[in-house]
Amino acid sequence: MTEPLLSVQNLRIELNTRDGVAPVIDDFSFDLFPGEAISFVGESGCGKSMTALGIMGLLPDGVGKIASGSINFAGEDLATADDKRLRNIRGNEISMIFQEPMTSLNPVYTIGEQIAEVLRAHQGLSRQASWSKAIELLDAVRIPNPQARVSDYPFQMSGGQRQRVMIAIALACEPKILIADEPTTALDVTVQAQIFDLLNDLRKQTGTAIILITHDMGAVAEMAERMIVMYAGRKVEEGPVQQVIDNAGHPYTQGLISCVPHILEKLTTERQTLQEVPGIVPSLRDFGKDQCLFATRCKYVSEKCNNVRPTEIEFESSQTVACWHTERKQ
Amino acid sequence: MNNEDQYVVKARHPFAEAFEMFSKNIAAVIALIILFLIILVAIFGPTLYPVDPFDMVWMPFSPPGEEGFIFGTDYLGRDLVAMIIHGARVSIIIGVSAAFVTVFIGVSVGAMAGFYRGWVEEVLMRITEFFQVLPTLLFAMVIVALFGASLTMITIAIGAVSWTAVARITRAEFLRIRELEYVTASRASGANNFILMFGIILPNALPPIIVQAALMVGSAILFEAGLSFLGLTDPNVVSWGQVIGSNRSYLLDAGFTVTIPGAAIFITVLCISLVGDGLNDALNPKLRQR
Repeated sequence: MTEPLLSVQNLRIELNTRDGVAPVIDDFSFDLFPGEAISFVGESGCGKSMTALGIMGLLPDGVGKIASGSINFAGEDLATADDKRLRNIRGNEISMIFQEPMTSLNPVYTIGEQIAEVLRAHQGLSRQASWSKAIELLDAVRIPNPQARVSDYPFQMSGGQRQRVMIAIALACEPKILIADEPTTALDVTVQAQIFDLLNDLRKQTGTAIILITHDMGAVAEMAERMIVMYAGRKVEEGPVQQVIDNAGHPYTQGLISCVPHILEKLTTERQTLQEVPGIVPSLRDFGKDQCLFATRCKYVSEKCNNVRPTEIEFESSQTVACWHTERKQ
Repeated sequence: MNNEDQYVVKARHPFAEAFEMFSKNIAAVIALIILFLIILVAIFGPTLYPVDPFDMVWMPFSPPGEEGFIFGTDYLGRDLVAMIIHGARVSIIIGVSAAFVTVFIGVSVGAMAGFYRGWVEEVLMRITEFFQVLPTLLFAMVIVALFGASLTMITIAIGAVSWTAVARITRAEFLRIRELEYVTASRASGANNFILMFGIILPNALPPIIVQAALMVGSAILFEAGLSFLGLTDPNVVSWGQVIGSNRSYLLDAGFTVTIPGAAIFITVLCISLVGDGLNDALNPKLRQR
């Protein structure tokens, strides 16, 4: 297999809380290969966005920090890189799009200025060249009539259009990695599908690797090749999307998949009752404990789960699971 | 698709919208016109009415209208019209440049405190509070008395005592805006701290600062009048406060020598306040719905 583009090893991110230091990300490792799309899945508060911010070096000052582990990107460790180097990488080699397209564009500048600014800062383009490149990019993200829209202000655009502009800004410098932090959560379903189509097409054209952060299983199935299921700051399952959906190893993954509703062909067909995962994510205080953090919500819970943190085992080929009750197949 | 072009809405800058709001406020528009006239008088008055304000032109204390002197003469027989015209120049120059100094110091301090947080904020805000508790007029008098009563020194003195309000407003806006998602988004696209502070956050923090700066012009004019009333002024230039100060002993005999420059100050400051109020309504989105 080829060299990974981004290799995160044993990452631990600590957050200062009122009760002391809590590891929001604990011993988290993954590889991202060039041109690949992977997805982080999990419910709110399980550390998906924190991982993304950690990779970008954007953890909130004084509150969060990378305590140990490494983030290898093109032979460089981003966990220890200085601020100047990180600024150079951000937006240029790794860029990010955010959840809220309504608030992630600066209201006082035209969208053209905002796209051109990134190009001028990272690629040293002239004012004129960056402006015409901005029009090209707007065309690439399928904004109709880009010549006129380029001098629009964000408030003149709809949510879907703003997210397209965000994508244009993120892809302006042809980054190697695009981190999409719940890019469609604030958009309605038809627009979601368009944004995913757009991201897929752009990925084919530019070969940018994508990390999609989401809690939407439908989005995962549509976009990603591999998925990493996260729970309470730890990786609980990793594997190819179709394989994991068909045959999930971890009880949490099974729960996530069974709570997605399906549209039935005939209305008369008997519907399966939706399964919810009972309980809530443990509080930050409990994050560092040497136990399975899912134990409080798990129906298979045993003595061992409460006392020892489960190790990752290979469940099927290229699918790993961290659970004491999952038996290796064959 | 060619017919798409006709549906294109022309881009309007948020400030263009604010201008429209402002023009709906009749009092503010009238005040702006009067202010504009005062500025015209200050610029072209001395050439159109070439009377030296320091020359004795007629008998002292001649009431307004006598011998063609519209505002009369003061206790040294100087033409009050010429004094008001020249005084307008000084008042407006001091008002605008003191407001500029105020905004410059206030925005720098407030931006640093609000952006960097932590010990930078602590130190800067304690300094701000220190300046806030000083009695302003007294402190300005000390500066002027120590370093000499030139226009530059008076401007600096006024700036030094009144920047705290701007610093606090700027800091508050920075604290609010730095947490917004577009700031994180700019950070994620590689902007450095300088660009974040002055390119991204400051333009969004401007509306309340503009309002405060407009009001600052008015209070700087009042401040200058107060200082020159007390005699702390450049004796080589005429200012409105100085005219009031030098004629104050004759208040009961020739009231007009005090009330005319007083009215000039009153009208100018009132107009500035009305314009500032209009700007506040226009730039504050929460008041737009009214």
